Amino acid sequence: MQGLPEYSAIASNVVFLGFLVGIPLYGFLKGVKVYEAFVEGAKEGFEVAVRIIPYLVAILVVVGMFRASGAIDLIERGLPGFFSYLGLSPDIMSLILIRPLSGAASLGMLGEIITRNGADSYQARLASVIIGSTETTLYVIAVYFGAVAVTKSRYALHAGLLADAAGAIASIIICLLIFR
Amino acid sequence: MLNIIWLFLLVGSVAMALVTGHVKEVVVSVSESAGSAFKLALGFTGIMALWLGIMKIADDSGLIKRFTSLIAPVMRFLFPRIPEGHPALASMAMNMVANMFGLNNAATPLGIRAMGDLETLNPKKGTATDEMCMFLAINTSSLQLVPAGAIALLTAGGSSDPTAIVFPALLATICSTVVGVAAARLLSRLRRFRRDLEEVPEDARTS
Repeated sequence: MQGLPEYSAIASNVVFLGFLVGIPLYGFLKGVKVYEAFVEGAKEGFEVAVRIIPYLVAILVVVGMFRASGAIDLIERGLPGFFSYLGLSPDIMSLILIRPLSGAASLGMLGEIITRNGADSYQARLASVIIGSTETTLYVIAVYFGAVAVTKSRYALHAGLLADAAGAIASIIICLLIFR
Repeated sequence: MLNIIWLFLLVGSVAMALVTGHVKEVVVSVSESAGSAFKLALGFTGIMALWLGIMKIADDSGLIKRFTSLIAPVMRFLFPRIPEGHPALASMAMNMVANMFGLNNAATPLGIRAMGDLETLNPKKGTATDEMCMFLAINTSSLQLVPAGAIALLTAGGSSDPTAIVFPALLATICSTVVGVAAARLLSRLRRFRRDLEEVPEDARTS
């Protein structure tokens, strides 16, 4: 198992370069004017970036305010005791709450959990599995819907948050079974 | 839902700041995050242009069409109403592949391109289609097979076995994706969400 990070890094790079080099190569063999086609497509890049700015501002500002408000500390203190029995210490609970809101903040919290409890601790492993099975839902929704100017998101957020909750609950159960 | 969460975070943050005495931090964070949102979008432009360019080549060469027929069975299950051979199927599939391998730099531009393709099938601009919601449910459920970021942090923290989390994380990711897909499917049948797709009749419109 020790070599796995290297293998997965190699696999990721192969896929990345496969897309980047393989597609133009294939296009060339099919007689596409690859340079012209590339420039033609790339022209839209700036337009898309500008289009998502209002959506990003809307989401990142409120998430930033929420993080700065100290609400997380308050939530941590209000947790009932039986949560910690399940390995759900306050910092794990805050991680689950902040994860859909901010990727950078949740990775930072994972770093903190690892430093405070040790990298081989149950907490560190549970937090890592949670990070690995959930996504920054609010950010993804803001960017993807922003790109096509959709403001009525209907049930996309409900489904995304349910998936995050399922990922967190599954992580807790699986870690209880495997690491305890 | 987005309206409620947004307003909740906005009002809740200020209320909390008054309780915890972090008013100054909250005020400072506003202009900081607004600035970083702008920087994030602009910083994104280069990689966005790169992948949109690559995708244009894939389009012109017919690669997208071939890739689409290859993964058709899975996509037909997830998106039964998208016509066969539609470019949205291929761009969504490529976004998912990039996501599985944790290639965030490639996944987001490909996903945005997929949303653009889905938008061509949208009869009601500004409102999400069922296919968009399903695509986002899959995307926001986490598809990453190996959580590289967490492994890196565990390794940096001196873990004796940082990859012990790979298998549990994979199991949990499968759970979250299954729930995401099932939730999108079930929610799409609810009348309150169906109603969003209907055109407002002329006489029911209030001015």
